[in-house]
Amino acid sequence: MRRAAGLALATIALIATGIWIGFNVNLLPVVASANAPVYDDLFKLLFSIGIILFVGITIVLVYSLFKFRRRVGDQGDGLAIEGNLPLEIVWTAIPAVVVLFIGIYSYDIYERMGGMTSFHDHSAMLAGASDNASGIGAELASNIEVKAHPEIANTEQGKRYWAGIASMDDPDNKTLPVDVTAMQFAFIFHYPEGNITSGELHVSAGQPVQLRMEARDVIHAFWVPQFRLKQDIIPGQPTLLSFTPTKPGTYPIVCAELCGPYHGGMRTNVVVHDPDSFQTWLDQNRQPAISA
Amino acid sequence: MTIANPNDFNEPLQPSGWLRYFSFSLDHKVIGIQYLVCGFIFYLIGGALAGVIRVELASPISDFVSRDTYNEVLTLHGTIMIFLWIVPVVNGGFGNYLIPFYVGARDMAFPRLNAVAFWMIPPAGMLLISSYFLAGAAAQSGWTAYPPLSLTTPAAGQVVWILSVLLLGGSSIFGAINFIATVLKLRRPGLKLMQLPMYCWAMLGTSILAVLSTPVLAGTLILLSFDIIAHTGFFNPTLGGNVVVYQHLFWFYSHPAVYIMVLPAFGLVSEILPVHARKPLFGYVTMVYSIMAIVFLGLIVWAHHMFTSGTPPWMRLFFTIATSFIAVPTGIKFFNWLATLWGGRIAINSAMLFACAFILNFVFGGITGVALAQVPFDIHVHDTYFVVGHFHYIVYGGTVFVIFSSLYHWYPKFTGRLLNEDLGRLHFLLTFIGFNLCFLPQHWLGLNGMPRRVAEYDPAFTTLNQISSVGALLMAISTLPLLINVVVTAFKGEIAGDNPWNALTPEWLTSSPPPVENWPGEAPLVKEPYGYGHTEPALAQEATP
Ligand code: HEM
Ligand SMILES: [Cu+2]
Ligand SMILES: [Cu+2]
Repeated sequence: MRRAAGLALATIALIATGIWIGFNVNLLPVVASANAPVYDDLFKLLFSIGIILFVGITIVLVYSLFKFRRRVGDQGDGLAIEGNLPLEIVWTAIPAVVVLFIGIYSYDIYERMGGMTSFHDHSAMLAGASDNASGIGAELASNIEVKAHPEIANTEQGKRYWAGIASMDDPDNKTLPVDVTAMQFAFIFHYPEGNITSGELHVSAGQPVQLRMEARDVIHAFWVPQFRLKQDIIPGQPTLLSFTPTKPGTYPIVCAELCGPYHGGMRTNVVVHDPDSFQTWLDQNRQPAISA
Repeated sequence: MTIANPNDFNEPLQPSGWLRYFSFSLDHKVIGIQYLVCGFIFYLIGGALAGVIRVELASPISDFVSRDTYNEVLTLHGTIMIFLWIVPVVNGGFGNYLIPFYVGARDMAFPRLNAVAFWMIPPAGMLLISSYFLAGAAAQSGWTAYPPLSLTTPAAGQVVWILSVLLLGGSSIFGAINFIATVLKLRRPGLKLMQLPMYCWAMLGTSILAVLSTPVLAGTLILLSFDIIAHTGFFNPTLGGNVVVYQHLFWFYSHPAVYIMVLPAFGLVSEILPVHARKPLFGYVTMVYSIMAIVFLGLIVWAHHMFTSGTPPWMRLFFTIATSFIAVPTGIKFFNWLATLWGGRIAINSAMLFACAFILNFVFGGITGVALAQVPFDIHVHDTYFVVGHFHYIVYGGTVFVIFSSLYHWYPKFTGRLLNEDLGRLHFLLTFIGFNLCFLPQHWLGLNGMPRRVAEYDPAFTTLNQISSVGALLMAISTLPLLINVVVTAFKGEIAGDNPWNALTPEWLTSSPPPVENWPGEAPLVKEPYGYGHTEPALAQEATP
């Protein structure tokens, strides 16, 4: 009885420590986008569960090695225990419940990050994508809400987009669209609004951004660790990525897909402005639109 | 089916002594050793390449080798470690040596095919490495060879890489067919499937995976070579090809491939733990079912490598759930191993130290694996050093640790001599510390912004990269006691006797090293390979007719 109580106590202590470490030891970079805190929730949970399992198993293993080590001169065998069905059922059921819980929880997180929202690009629909598209594109295209947005649509004739983390609702139409072209070994950002071309991404804290990304040559990937977001940029498959930056500052944009010898150097910055200074940046860099 | 005839081995033309190992020997034990030694040589080469990587990454700028060379080194390192070290050694090496003993046969089902499968490996390996010197440039697109990058890097090197991987894949398929036939058809009369040592089940499962998935890789790489040589457009987006299709096909093989690398290691550990803990393997039946569950689930999780590619949301969700569930049968195996140790009389020797460290390392890698299976988690860390950390905990901390454990365990069987324990413990200590120092910090690097496959990085990451490089140096040093031990013991080691561990599995119920025909008389019928606690080895032997 006392042993059982001790065991229960030790288990509780382990779980409490695991949760405390998971939620208090921060291994992640600065939080700078709306979905980063959501991501961090998931990370903390997984980190806690991971610590509990790993430390628990380590303790059991080291304890057995110590407690059941063979003494000098001992030639005997251990107990002839070949199995124990109830025990085995327990340690099948517990991991099953844990992974099910993790799976459902991460589904919820993914939905909150906008991963499950059917994607939402005005231009593709206007170009009639749903009529002639096939495969994945068709499935997504048929979910697109129609929304008039002529100034973008004109430049986007016939283009189909694959959704990365696609945008959530945009009732006020205040999303900032940016075209991203990735090539060996640089990102180029183009702002339809103001016809600005830039090697750095400039965005405004609090304003949703939609990147429409295309690769010229090989596969690249757009990654901002502080946003906890990554999306491959795939030649032949223009892709969308939406996010809302929250914390002003300068963060790295890193290419995360091997793209050739200078892959490691394929880095640039995203500058998150506060709304006023972003407006200033836009005004300073605005180019006259070239009439088609 | 023609059953191997023991008289085949007495063919007068077979050389004897050490020359056997340089012959087209049909003896499964010779072939097993050939696989092991050949694999180890490639391990040293792959390790040297890893050294180049870690020296380059000891500083944040690209200053040690040129950027092209770095990518060649990286590609060769991955390809060699997977296709020329891990897969051949845990399958062909230990499999060929042990499986005929375990089923009570005198050889594999198809001895000639077996020899062919082995002899495809050295030329394929040399071909791969020679591309660096002869073809002008080796492949530079990583072991994954994603198009369009693999279509635009120097073509000769990439084509030679494809050729070499095709040969190695062919060898793996031949080996797998042989294992399936041997386990299912060559069992000694009276021996039931559910009495086989666990490694047989592991090899059966692995071989099913290899036979189902390797041809897909072969087909994919052949199409890729058409794109390179004949400018077809299967995977070339400028010709209407689809690069994501390549990824699906590639991972349809390459996720199962990770189980082809680890299931045999699970099997080997299941043999080693009961012997040194003097206890039966806990939960034999659930172990068998979990192997088969892993085989099945292993075939339907491949797209977890593609969460940031253009995959639709429902597909991401499906692969998250399927991948997470692999943790269940895997977990069962680990709990069963712990239960095997519990209440035993555990001998803490080098074999056991490596086996127990394997448990810790793999649990760690499994936990990061389940995290990676969650789409939202993976979106941040995909293609970063976090993933590099994950799979090295699995492949090195898991499989390579088991290979070392197996070496200490079976070396007396191979040679009749015991490896030196002091050197063994030194080897263990250096490997364990070096390994963790090398790969643990990489998780933090990935989380904080260091992508994988880069020759240069943000200077903020310098310290941890240097720690990682020091770890790699320790790992390099750790091979010295191993090499010395293996070589010196072969000539001067302590004589082991036939069964130094008092083990019950059939390979120990004969002399060490065993005679060509495995047992002098009829093969013993071992119905309880894990009967510790109630069976004496001598009794098991006597019980056989
Ligand atoms: C509990 C079991 C496991 C789970 C849930 C798991 C999950 C994953 C996931 C989701 C990834 C993709 C990460 C990414 O690229 O973003 C991954 C990568 C990888 N895993 Fe595992 N894994 C497990 C066990 C294993 C095993 C047993 C091996 C090998 C023996 C292994 C080897 C690898 C390798 C080599 C990669 C990287 C492949 C590459 O991109 O080059 N994993 N794992
Ligand atoms: Cu890149
Ligand atoms: Cu996988």
